[in-house]
Amino acid sequence: MEISNLTKKRIKDYLEAGKRFDGRGLLDHRKLTIETGISINAEGSARVRLGKTEVVAGVKMDVSEPYTDHEGEGTMITTLELLPLSSEEFDYGPPKIDAIEIARIVDRGIRESKMIDFEKLCIKEGEKVWTLFIDMYTMNDDGNLLDASALAAIAALMTARMPKYDEEKEKVSFGEFTKDPLPITKNIPLTFTFHKIGKSIILDPGREEEAASEARVSIAVSSDGKETRVNAMQKGNEAAIKPEEMFEIIDLAEKKYKESSKEIFEMIEKSLKTKK
Amino acid sequence: MIAKQETEEPVEEFGQEDEERKEKRELVIPGEVIATGNEYLPGDWAKREGQDIIALRFGLADKSGRLIKIIPLSGTYMPRKGNVVIGKVLDITFNGWIMDIDAPYASFLPLSECSKFVNKNDLSECYDIGDMLAVKVLGVKRKGIDLTARGKNLGKLEEGMIIRINSNKVPRVIGKEGSMINLIKKESNCDITVGQNGIIWIRGEKVEDELFAEKAILFVTEKSFIEGLTEKTKVWLEEAKNHPKDIKEDKTEKKKAKESK
Amino acid sequence: MAYTKRPDGRKFDELREIKAKVGVIPRADGSAMFAFGDTIAIAAVYGPKPLHPQHLQNPEKGVLRVNYDMLSFSVNERKKPGPSRRSQEISKVTEWALAPALQINNFQNTVVDVHITILQANASTRCAGINAASLALAHAGIPMIDLVSAVSIGKIDDKIVTDLIKEEEDYEDGEGATDIPFAFLSKSGEITLMQLDGRTSTKKLKEAIEAGRKACKEIYDIQKKVLKEIQEK
Repeated sequence: MEISNLTKKRIKDYLEAGKRFDGRGLLDHRKLTIETGISINAEGSARVRLGKTEVVAGVKMDVSEPYTDHEGEGTMITTLELLPLSSEEFDYGPPKIDAIEIARIVDRGIRESKMIDFEKLCIKEGEKVWTLFIDMYTMNDDGNLLDASALAAIAALMTARMPKYDEEKEKVSFGEFTKDPLPITKNIPLTFTFHKIGKSIILDPGREEEAASEARVSIAVSSDGKETRVNAMQKGNEAAIKPEEMFEIIDLAEKKYKESSKEIFEMIEKSLKTKK
Repeated sequence: MIAKQETEEPVEEFGQEDEERKEKRELVIPGEVIATGNEYLPGDWAKREGQDIIALRFGLADKSGRLIKIIPLSGTYMPRKGNVVIGKVLDITFNGWIMDIDAPYASFLPLSECSKFVNKNDLSECYDIGDMLAVKVLGVKRKGIDLTARGKNLGKLEEGMIIRINSNKVPRVIGKEGSMINLIKKESNCDITVGQNGIIWIRGEKVEDELFAEKAILFVTEKSFIEGLTEKTKVWLEEAKNHPKDIKEDKTEKKKAKESK
Repeated sequence: MAYTKRPDGRKFDELREIKAKVGVIPRADGSAMFAFGDTIAIAAVYGPKPLHPQHLQNPEKGVLRVNYDMLSFSVNERKKPGPSRRSQEISKVTEWALAPALQINNFQNTVVDVHITILQANASTRCAGINAASLALAHAGIPMIDLVSAVSIGKIDDKIVTDLIKEEEDYEDGEGATDIPFAFLSKSGEITLMQLDGRTSTKKLKEAIEAGRKACKEIYDIQKKVLKEIQEK
């Protein structure tokens, strides 16, 4: 059953009183868990839970020809499926705009932050490069699939190992892995999606809050240790946002990145160690 | 207002102190043999297979006397005549409202069963799409479920909040003769309507009161397997009221945070 | 050289370590995870619920719909997202494997949707999927007269083995590998799934059926235990 007028109104009332149904602060996220290496045939994989929302992501690699305008760089393809498993509202069929949008936002964050050094994924300039496939799948929808997906994707990338490459046959030996990680830089993006409901701005909405959302802004932020940078943004849903509100959101994104990046990256590092 | 199952056997409480009762309630899986012998009769979600009575559904096997039935613990709401449920208006036709009551079948509230005067040319004046209504199940047929909004405490729900629980836990939340829900209503100072379909409406004067009632209900549903739950809930409610900081938000902090934004 | 030893050292009639858990997808009406060693399947059930569009409804009884698919990274060589002919066939035979257990005649015009996803694959994925679906259907409170249990039996060279792994499926020496997935209703011993891919005598085939039944009895006991251990949803 989708949200009713009554609940929408109540959520607004509560938020104005500074409260949420589950007792969180307006800018607090739900309990976060990150596991990596959850699918052993993948080069890299991760499972992220934000409250009851769950997304899994996997990295697979292959070799191919480079794009003609980027002859010395590897390539990357990012996909997301809203699995019918995860919600009675999702159907089978080719990805619809919701899935496409999330995949493209996640892709932009990763690409523009330069998290991956694509030049190091070049095998032979103009002829052979590595292709990275990042496939994300929703497992349980309880709101905020976007942020959970973005986090699953980077956790999978950070903990991936390169597959073995047979130089003679010029093919990947699928199923055999090296110990080498992907060429990853320090600029790892974290994505925060803020939702405007009435006059309030919240982070990490649950299912009902998401249905009551009037406008949302997703921001991917990364840092090289010295400066934080915004690498991707997307304003979505139908209501308009005032410039002051947008400034507030941008500041909050930077603040949230600074507050949570260390903890999140440590969680990802730790997940690797427990697997070994 | 308490939702009562008018055509049902009296609502039973799980984990009652009655030792005899407890012994008769074993967790069974579909296909499992519960009893053997011609003297037994299959009740809800049970079936006779030769000499055996088997469970058709995952749940607790209840053997009171000769009748063997299964009390489901999980699964979607199965509507019964007389159930009071809470539903949402999905669409409006020329002669009524199409409702969603979270049931396997389509449900419909005809014009004639509206709780107040209806303008036949504009049904939305009475109930509009997205409105939440407390309605009663008049009948369950192949084609769908017939509803009525005429009756005490039925009709459009205004203000308040909606929460959803597993419909199989509703008897626990209501309690024996309403003891549990009345306790929660009193302690939280809220109006509460519990739909048999697991949808619950809570309305209080203050946001805090509604959140308190919600927490109490969730406490009951999470602990539904425990014995002496009414007593335990009483204790929990007392503690929660005396130490509001533990469960409620610290209001002063929230206010500061808001002001600094 | 005859097939005398299995790559992972198991006895010929030994199952891999089985892990199973119910309630892994909170939003679903019922859900479960079932794993044979490295093969992990997740199933979620939604329903009974109204079936749309109307022309697909069955006015005489409820409809069972099954969809099976693998995550792109569940296998060594990436599987392109989207249904394949293989996944469509498996969806259908899985539906036929589960249907005899269901009692949804009283749910006219409704549908029970079963979604099966393979998270990690090392052969026997359709069997893991059926076992997960069986648990998920029970968890969802769908009326059933029994659980369905499934296992892959193989004839590797001339030996009948239980619960194949990929390495065994790919075996090429001697008589090669014949893959025979089964599903059974535990009480009646009736077969609800049987497929074959390879080369075998009718005598060996009957041995395979016996091996399948024996293994599925063990699997049923595990499924029963997992359900009985649930304290609450």
